Amino acid sequence: MQAQTNIDNLESQAAHEAHDGLEIEQLKPGQEAWRRLKKDKLAVAGGCILIAVVLVSVLAPIISTHNPNTVVNSNRLLPMGTPGHILGTDHLGRDMLTRLLYGGRISVAIGFTAVGIAMFFGITIGLLAGYYKGFFDTLVMRFIDILMAFPYVLLAIAIIAALGPGLLNAMIAISIVGIPYYARIVRGTVLSLREQEYIEAQKALGASDLRILFKHILPNSLSPIIVAATLDVGWMIIAASGMSFLGLGAQPPTAEWGVMLSDGKDFLRAAPHISLLPGMAIFIVVLSLNLLGDGLRDALDPRLKQ
Amino acid sequence: MCAEHYLEVKNLKKHFPVKTNFFGQTLSWLKAVDGVDFHLNRGETMGLVGESGCGKSTLGRLIINLLTPTEGGVYFENQNIYDLRGSEQKRLRRKMQIIFQDPYGSLNPRMNIGDIIAEPLYIHGLAQGMGAKKRVRQLLDYVGLSSYHASRYPHEFSGGQRQRVGIARALAVNPELIVCDEPVSALDVSIQSQVLNLLEDLQNELGLTYLFIAHGLNVVKHVSDRVGVMYLGKIMEITDSQELYGNPLHPYTRALLSAIPIPDPGLRRQRIILKGDVMSPIDPPKGCRFCARCPDAFDLCRDREPELVEYSVGHHVACHKVRRDAAG
Repeated sequence: MQAQTNIDNLESQAAHEAHDGLEIEQLKPGQEAWRRLKKDKLAVAGGCILIAVVLVSVLAPIISTHNPNTVVNSNRLLPMGTPGHILGTDHLGRDMLTRLLYGGRISVAIGFTAVGIAMFFGITIGLLAGYYKGFFDTLVMRFIDILMAFPYVLLAIAIIAALGPGLLNAMIAISIVGIPYYARIVRGTVLSLREQEYIEAQKALGASDLRILFKHILPNSLSPIIVAATLDVGWMIIAASGMSFLGLGAQPPTAEWGVMLSDGKDFLRAAPHISLLPGMAIFIVVLSLNLLGDGLRDALDPRLKQ
Repeated sequence: MCAEHYLEVKNLKKHFPVKTNFFGQTLSWLKAVDGVDFHLNRGETMGLVGESGCGKSTLGRLIINLLTPTEGGVYFENQNIYDLRGSEQKRLRRKMQIIFQDPYGSLNPRMNIGDIIAEPLYIHGLAQGMGAKKRVRQLLDYVGLSSYHASRYPHEFSGGQRQRVGIARALAVNPELIVCDEPVSALDVSIQSQVLNLLEDLQNELGLTYLFIAHGLNVVKHVSDRVGVMYLGKIMEITDSQELYGNPLHPYTRALLSAIPIPDPGLRRQRIILKGDVMSPIDPPKGCRFCARCPDAFDLCRDREPELVEYSVGHHVACHKVRRDAAG
């Protein structure tokens, strides 16, 4: 009876529904996040600085006027502002600006590559563990727990000790240290996503596990990963520089921020700029990454959606 | 049980482990579905009602093989669906589909409507490129949406519209049987009737068979040819729709029927108010599951579980009292 009377409303209701659909602005979830990110001034500033740093690093051979590794004994320890060497020279007479630019290439490349590697393995492990659960999940996640129980830097040093010092090995080490972090995040999101009805619907439709994982689960678990990755690049840069500072990563005479910092520590009184400048460079890049990461987190967090 | 039934559910059980001890042995089970038998005829709508937590959704998911049963089987065209593997399983997926309760959770928020509806086409290789687009437009048209909706995202739609998208997705593979898992309980009453009418129109047009799961008898009354009443994982009464509403035998069915609101304040009627809560489905005791709340329970009910017995043609009831009354 009741249903019968409601059928009369059908026409007007349908019209309402169609109207509602028209009123809403057409925005993909990604576009909406982008719009929110653009409003965040700090995040935009961070993004701009980061783009500038990446550009300058990539263009280092064109911009710089000197060779980063040419030793000129007559030009040792020139202060900042010297004509021809705007940022001075280090204890071997190498141009600081040139070395900073070339150092940026290595640091930025290491940061992004290490995060890329960590993400790749972390996401794969997290997806499989979260989706299939069971024995595989228990086995892998307990191992991840063990990795996480180590202090980050100590673990990285231990891995480098096993592999031998060097830029590549340092990168591998900090990548491995980063894997558990991503595996945890991804597994958590997958565990909640796999119970969603739209995933069940895909199963009912006969979709393969691969299709469900990569077409439906992965895109929906991306936002926490993006945020984590952005914040993590900064950490990886610090870790890589730290390894180099300790003599475990890039080896002298390579122009790398950590190596430069280490070189300058003996001349802190006479020529503080040798340590200060690479330190500032690390600080600025990591800060910009953190600002951008925080902005992304706010932009992608569905709880803040209006 | 005759063999020519379209779909036959035989002694289907699904038990979930609740508590396990240190060594992984299960200490107690949640018996969501605990020995269910019924059948579906081709082209009919079978309603399945019961309170929340009685296992009706689990039963629906078992029937389309989203869950693997603990025991028993589902025979679709005389073949146990749990025996099918690989390509046979995939072919079965095209014949059976499901419509979900929650129109907000059942659509991938990162895909537009067109892609969501086209997914089944790609999965089964039914259409590609322009062909898929055409088919999506046709499906949108079937469920009363416009083709320009294809480029929209789920969050831009109302609950009723989303439910239509869910129906379109289910229809994409040309299914024969659709399990409707409370398809209207999350919608406004006015939208409910729209979706119910849509389902009915589609049934007439495409010759679909529905298993219609709901938690109230009033919605089911509108659409069903036959109705099964479930309580704590078991079917209590099952018969055709008219018989159930006209001559309910099981005390639980009577209580449910008396709970349907009648939009007439002057009308005086006898309501059967059930006392107590639904018993926990975790390790249910022996005897009838309903006896703790049953107004007509007697000693036998607490002692032995009643079996589903046919009292008149197609009218099955699982109740000791009905049996005693029938025997005189």
